[in-house]
Amino acid sequence: MAKRITAIVSQGQSQNPVKRQLEEDVVTALVFEPGIDVIVIPHLYDLRSDATGMLALQGVKGNMIVLSWLYERAARWILDRNSVSGLIGKSLIQSEADDDDDESAEDTVDRVANARPVPERLIYCLDLRCDDSATTYIEEVKRIAAENSAEVVPLMDWISGDPKPEQLDRYLHSTAAQESLATSPASATTREATDSVSESAPDAERHLTSPEQRRWYPVIDFSRCTNCMECIDFCLFGVYGVDQTDTILVEQPDNCRKGCPACSRVCPENAIIFPQHKTPAIAGAQIEAGSLKIDLSKLFGAPETDESAAQAASRERDEQLVMAGRSPVASKPSPAPPQVAELPAAKDHLDDLLDELDELDL
Amino acid sequence: MTAERVFMMGEFAAQFPSDRHYARNHMWAMGTNGLWKFGFTAYAVRLLQDVYFLDWTVEPETTLREKDEIGSIESKKAESDLYAPIAGTVVRLNDQLLQDPSTINVDKYGNGWLFEMAGVGDNLINVDEYITHLNGVWEVTQRTIKGQLNE
Repeated sequence: MAKRITAIVSQGQSQNPVKRQLEEDVVTALVFEPGIDVIVIPHLYDLRSDATGMLALQGVKGNMIVLSWLYERAARWILDRNSVSGLIGKSLIQSEADDDDDESAEDTVDRVANARPVPERLIYCLDLRCDDSATTYIEEVKRIAAENSAEVVPLMDWISGDPKPEQLDRYLHSTAAQESLATSPASATTREATDSVSESAPDAERHLTSPEQRRWYPVIDFSRCTNCMECIDFCLFGVYGVDQTDTILVEQPDNCRKGCPACSRVCPENAIIFPQHKTPAIAGAQIEAGSLKIDLSKLFGAPETDESAAQAASRERDEQLVMAGRSPVASKPSPAPPQVAELPAAKDHLDDLLDELDELDL
Repeated sequence: MTAERVFMMGEFAAQFPSDRHYARNHMWAMGTNGLWKFGFTAYAVRLLQDVYFLDWTVEPETTLREKDEIGSIESKKAESDLYAPIAGTVVRLNDQLLQDPSTINVDKYGNGWLFEMAGVGDNLINVDEYITHLNGVWEVTQRTIKGQLNE
């Protein structure tokens, strides 16, 4: 039987009519697509684990496509924190040119994600800021849905394994099965599947969009995190904790200080995402671990600040401590800034770029 | 209605009530005894036009220096970070605006207020000084807008 897929549209915080229209166009088009269930939720980042929208996502067991105004990494790891996890579905829409070798094969570092079982289903995250045209997203969702329903993995299992007669029969008469599926009207199947999840939703699409309070907290990318504990040592607001296996987690997200991204600066792997921060590298843009983009503004005349990432982090933390009525702890720069401790293998890009800069003779 | 001063932004007459103070970063300030309520002036709102999104990076009790970054705004015409008009402590943010920032356009001198701060505010100026300030910056503003549009 063809697999259904769930498309989730996470609304942005902005009232920009262009953005709202894009969301609406995508939803309207997808509702009429056979095989696709549509759920509309508020801004993903603002949802608490027990919010209606998040509960709906937790109820989705199959493959899903999440369209949000967030970087793919940010969306993925927000979901992960809320027990919605799966394998990475590869979308053709990417926030920015992706170096294909970014998940380089020679990553021998022990990442937290390596030790975690991931459910055998795909989660595709699409960033709605990539393109202004709803059509782009509609086509991509349809493409993924088609790819999804044509999945051959179980079939191959049967063939290489020991198929039962009825399995073989189904395999040999699969066209009949498809036809019987095709005869049921598309809208009816959509509605049926939706109703089984929620009796209250009269239509194929579910709107779970009561306004949420804005939130601010870190999101850990466990495919980068090495459980080094720099963040838990650094943060003095009790945001971080460890689970039963002594693995780092964001335990008290709402203890976090609004606007403060300091812990993400001390993370040696750039594994900490603040999805609402204006610096793309901190907001979860796909940038190689260990290499926050070089800021050339000083070269081109910006005033000298002389502040390393570690110093910025200490300053930001002190500012937050003072605001919270506590004493600052780190007026002097920390002795060994972890940020510059060692750059991983991806160093070549950076070297090349710096060499080119040197040659420019500025 | 209180007396108003007018500044012509091209054809557009921007109005500034004289019952309040102003900050040079185009916010009005109304208050006494070191408690100030701030909002955007007609000049700022005219440049922004329809406001779509407002976000704060500060919370009540946040202590700020003048010109510290406090949040950001997105409108039909512009995107910008926002900065503290005076040194002091944030007392209250207008949370209504987070869901519906269009109140800034509808009622900029009233319900569209942005936040309250406790502080001395000795850098605030009166309406006449603000008009003088606008005379000084209007040329630059126009150049900025045109310069960016031509990019």
